[in-house]
Amino acid sequence: MTVEPGPGTQDGRGDSLVEIRDLVMHFPLTQGVIFRRQVGAVQAVDGVSFDVRRGETLGLVGESGCGKSTTARLMLRLLKPTSGSIRFEGQEIAQLDRGGLTPLRREMQMIFQDPYTSLNPRRTVGTIIGEPFAVHGMHTGEGDRKRAVQELMDIVGLNPEHYNRYPHEFSGGQRQRIGVARALALKPKLVIADEPVSALDVSIQAQIINLLRDLQREFGLTLVFIAHDLSVVRHVCDRIAVMYLGKVVEIAEADALFEHPRHPYTGALLSAVPVPDPRLARQKQRQVLTGDVPSPTNPPPACRFHTRCPKMREGHCDVEEPLLDAKEGGNLAACHYPLTDDEIAQRVPTAAA
Amino acid sequence: MAQPLLEVRDLRVQFDTDDGVVRAVDGVNYSVGRGQSLGIVGESGSGKSVSSLAVMGLTRFQGARVTGEVIFDGRDLLTLSDEELRRVRGKEIAMIFQDPLSSLHPFYRVGHQLAEAVRAHNDVSKGKAKERAVELLGMVGIPQPQRRADAYPHEFSGGMRQRAMIAMALINDPKLLIADEPTTALDVTVQAQILDLIERLQKETDAAVIMITHDLGVVAEVTDEIAVMYAGRIIERATTDAIFDAPQHPYTWGLLRSIPRLDLPRDVELVPIEGRPPSLINRPSGCAFHPRCPFVRDAHKKIDPDLVAVEGDPGHLVACLLTVETRRQLWEKLRAGADPAEAREAVPLLSKEA
Repeated sequence: MTVEPGPGTQDGRGDSLVEIRDLVMHFPLTQGVIFRRQVGAVQAVDGVSFDVRRGETLGLVGESGCGKSTTARLMLRLLKPTSGSIRFEGQEIAQLDRGGLTPLRREMQMIFQDPYTSLNPRRTVGTIIGEPFAVHGMHTGEGDRKRAVQELMDIVGLNPEHYNRYPHEFSGGQRQRIGVARALALKPKLVIADEPVSALDVSIQAQIINLLRDLQREFGLTLVFIAHDLSVVRHVCDRIAVMYLGKVVEIAEADALFEHPRHPYTGALLSAVPVPDPRLARQKQRQVLTGDVPSPTNPPPACRFHTRCPKMREGHCDVEEPLLDAKEGGNLAACHYPLTDDEIAQRVPTAAA
Repeated sequence: MAQPLLEVRDLRVQFDTDDGVVRAVDGVNYSVGRGQSLGIVGESGSGKSVSSLAVMGLTRFQGARVTGEVIFDGRDLLTLSDEELRRVRGKEIAMIFQDPLSSLHPFYRVGHQLAEAVRAHNDVSKGKAKERAVELLGMVGIPQPQRRADAYPHEFSGGMRQRAMIAMALINDPKLLIADEPTTALDVTVQAQILDLIERLQKETDAAVIMITHDLGVVAEVTDEIAVMYAGRIIERATTDAIFDAPQHPYTWGLLRSIPRLDLPRDVELVPIEGRPPSLINRPSGCAFHPRCPFVRDAHKKIDPDLVAVEGDPGHLVACLLTVETRRQLWEKLRAGADPAEAREAVPLLSKEA
């Protein structure tokens, strides 16, 4: 079987750790208690294709309900997709069963958003970070495991002497470090961080962002970084995929995306980010999208953004679905009428001057 | 100059707990004029929310000791009885909270809740109140307000709920609107809609706005003046332009250097503020920021700085023991990308100060 090159591999740079093709996840909506029948489906992810290259940080951005977290959970196979293909190091894993997944689990790890609820309050930090070793039967000797855990604690900037402390004895930033240490314990090939800094105070956010960046450089981690804060994503990621209502609408190198976004939705997102510079804020013409994101149970036909798009043309955008293809500047965008350089300069604070 | 609409003088809020007295707000002064907007910025536990709850009298039943003066439109709100305060609250001063779902009653229709806010302060018929509710829902940009007024809160999206909250806050034409993290729970595009709305309504009604947030981007876009809070006190206060152009306090520098910014190159290194916010029970001695300050000197551990005007700029207040010249040089270095250790190295801290 041959795999068609997907978005992100066309330029031939870097080999892919994960290849996702036409991934679909529909959650059924049922009615009735005894005679349950399906009355519809939440189309959380609907035909997503992209690659995650080895050693890169890929950002997944979009608003609540766009399917970014579902995509991540599918990649980790915490969910079984409705259809589509997920290849991890060339192996098809989309439809593997539990037993088949076990050896993969140690290759993929996750860092969660909330450092308060993702750590068991009744376990010591040593046990929490050592748990992956226990699950996978590694470092079985007690002294051996303790050494391995303390080494991890040192790597993420925790004091190894705090091995026997409980999560409540740590601050929010330190707890997030515990989560990072746990995720790194098995030396995974892929780490997915789902909003890892959004629950933290601004001064602490920077500590965790810097930590993730350092670890990535040091260990050559492949990182998928999910966040809604675009300034954070820009700072951390090499490439960024923008999602809207279950579809990837644009994917590009970080600098390209922020300097010349081509999809009008990306433009609107960047335009909406408040800039901590009063002068720039006054100059910028904020492009405010009207209305709300349509329901994923009944998404608009053709281009899903057409109901809110300032550049929508009737008879085209609402009839023919645009495909993700290369636009000026190298961005891949799914749009019939991508933004021009003039439009970008007016709206986007990060536009190349 | 005319009397400001709200003047807060030496406001202190203390809570008794088993571990000791929590000094959540520890001597705060600020004022807001009509049509002006003030941003209060700080981390969790800096006292930014508690100080405005105290203004609204919302800490009264929680065993808090509130002292100082809160002069609103000529009256001291702290001396009012509960009944008198209730007439001010929701009518002359309104508040928008962070989480709109927990501030709307799940059991009643949105229109009903808005109409109730009208009838609590005005002697009008239910029909008239409902009309006003529908008018306001339309004004904040909810489509088909007539029909939407009969919906329940759970039928609204996050952005619509926040708009309904704003409609409820504005329904009695308040003179002062306090917005506590009004957009933190929202997506960026919805946040932009809500910020636009608050700005537009402020211009139309000439209300004063206090915007409490941790997001420096939000305050840069909507406020005229900013107060930075740390450990229950204001440590710097100035016009929004001055805070971003020539910040004076090392904590403000820290905040500005620790956030990734879309307006700077991508590879600018973030500089986190070391350590963590102090306990409000055992305030650090001297300057409360000294345990985390990269430019601390021995004297700063003993002397508690007052909030005073910066030499040459009477509108810019700062509580820092470094001299103006030292601060100017330090910020110059930091702004150019030096990390705090390099800046400290380059600027002789000991030269002039005793």
